[in-house]
Amino acid sequence: MKLVDPQAIYGLWLRDTKRFLRSPSRIVGSLAMPLLFLVFMGFGFQGAAIPGLPEDVDYLQYLVPGIVGFTMLFGASFAGLSILADQDVGFLKEILVAPVSRTSIVLGRIAGGSTTALVQALLILGLSIPLGFAPVSLLSLPIAAIFLVLLAITFVGFGIALASQFSDSEGFGLIVQFVIFPLFFLSGALYPLEGLPSSVRYLAYANPLTYGVDGLRGVLVGTSSFSVWLDLGALVVSSAAMVAIGAALFQRVEAV
Amino acid sequence: MKAIHVDSITKEFDGVTAVDDLSFAVERGELFGLLGPNGAGKSTLINMLVTLLPPSSGTASVNGHDIRSERGAVRSSIGIVFQEPALDEELTGAENLAFHSRLYGQNRAERAERIDEVLALVGLSAERDDPVGTYSGGMKRRLEIARGLLHEPAVLFLDEPTVGLDVRTRRDTWEYIQRLNEEAGVSIVLTTHYIEEADHLCDRVAIVDDGDIVAMDSPSALKASLGGDVVALEFVSDDDPTALFDQLEGQSWSREYTASDDGVRVTVDDVDARIADLVRLADDTGIRISSVDLREPTLENVFLELTDRSAAGSDRNGAAGDQTVMASGDQTGTALESGDDRSSAVSTEDQP
Repeated sequence: MKLVDPQAIYGLWLRDTKRFLRSPSRIVGSLAMPLLFLVFMGFGFQGAAIPGLPEDVDYLQYLVPGIVGFTMLFGASFAGLSILADQDVGFLKEILVAPVSRTSIVLGRIAGGSTTALVQALLILGLSIPLGFAPVSLLSLPIAAIFLVLLAITFVGFGIALASQFSDSEGFGLIVQFVIFPLFFLSGALYPLEGLPSSVRYLAYANPLTYGVDGLRGVLVGTSSFSVWLDLGALVVSSAAMVAIGAALFQRVEAV
Repeated sequence: MKAIHVDSITKEFDGVTAVDDLSFAVERGELFGLLGPNGAGKSTLINMLVTLLPPSSGTASVNGHDIRSERGAVRSSIGIVFQEPALDEELTGAENLAFHSRLYGQNRAERAERIDEVLALVGLSAERDDPVGTYSGGMKRRLEIARGLLHEPAVLFLDEPTVGLDVRTRRDTWEYIQRLNEEAGVSIVLTTHYIEEADHLCDRVAIVDDGDIVAMDSPSALKASLGGDVVALEFVSDDDPTALFDQLEGQSWSREYTASDDGVRVTVDDVDARIADLVRLADDTGIRISSVDLREPTLENVFLELTDRSAAGSDRNGAAGDQTVMASGDQTGTALESGDDRSSAVSTEDQP
């Protein structure tokens, strides 16, 4: 068994992609929550005096990168749930008994999960434009895509690592709610971190989503707390770490 | 090289021994059955052989590869049909097969060719592009069998392949399995708790109970081990069988006889030749016979006999205990009103 088996990774990716494209309800459902946040918060807090918000930046402009980052968290829970769903229906056995290394399996699932998360994020970004979102330039979009890919890998890897510790999807579904929302609120997605007490702020600095949102904001809106290069570096590290952790924890997953 | 060689394999779960120090071998091209009640340890054994579960101690080799140290090679040389369906219902039949083919490293040309071949083999060519969610239970099973064969494994494991299938589909599945074994020469290991399935299909059967193999032989040899066929004679009225028993005492072909509620049951050798003698003897003693019922030993007799014995021998509780009580109740031979008294038709007193 090769550690990295490109054909097996492609097969796993193809399966996830086909499943995603064949269930429109899944696509709509995955977009509903971020879109609600975007619409209600974007318009509700329009013009509100939010501490730390740069004066020349409209709140909707500020919020869109945060909500795009939020969809990545859903990608994480979705990737974790799909592994557990495979376990529930027995399909995981079919995968685990194949002559494919666990590392390749994790890479395949990350590839598939990241692709679907990326599509969701791009859809949110696209839908935000008619709502009034305006990227600083079209050239910023390819750079934003790099951030999105790194964010997707980080959080899909995280979802797989987390799911490997659960044996049923119900327990995972409950726990993941308690993980997603703190990550979301502690990422500067909704408001600048400068307003938070310093102890909480340090927690936010340990959150990869913070750098993803900040980097996207720097690229798309032109305002950021850190330098874009720092954001990029942090995300490269976090995505590599999450792939490694996901692969390590998945080694221990048993199908029976 | 044997298809499978099992060497004192043991599996314990939290102190409960599911598989207890088993050793056996499966020959190349053999259709080998593991027959046992639910919870006997069949699936645990299979899961160890297919590398999904590590053994607690002992080991085994499959197609010459050790299941502990050469897992990749074992996985490449086996195909599996799991007890529970393991298909992606959102993909089509052909897509499920293509997914499998990619995991097993087949190239594009090989993949297209083999998918067509196995789909034709199990008769699903017309439904290849339908989502598996729309398949019937039998079609899903056939697709799984096709998938198990896709990468041309040396050994095919079938874990309860016909559970939940109707009679016709079960017969068809048997046919596929036999054809595979004969034409493709695949060694097949099959677990089942359907006795007629093991009897019909397998070259050799291991009867597993309580994590242990209690018997292993061809179905016919296992049946022969019970000794003789049983003839049940029902009398018209309450005739006394004593005279008949006296007569039977002197006959070389009569092995055993017991009185039943409304007649006698006699175990004889070569029943086809002796049934007339038996009726004549009864006639000579003035007994009027209302019916003659011939029962050849079935694998079910062997199974009940062996699994009862081991259940009685070990101190177990739960369902197995209930089974013991029921079976020993039968063996007193008091209740024979129903046709389903085959377990009691065999006396356990003097088995070889």
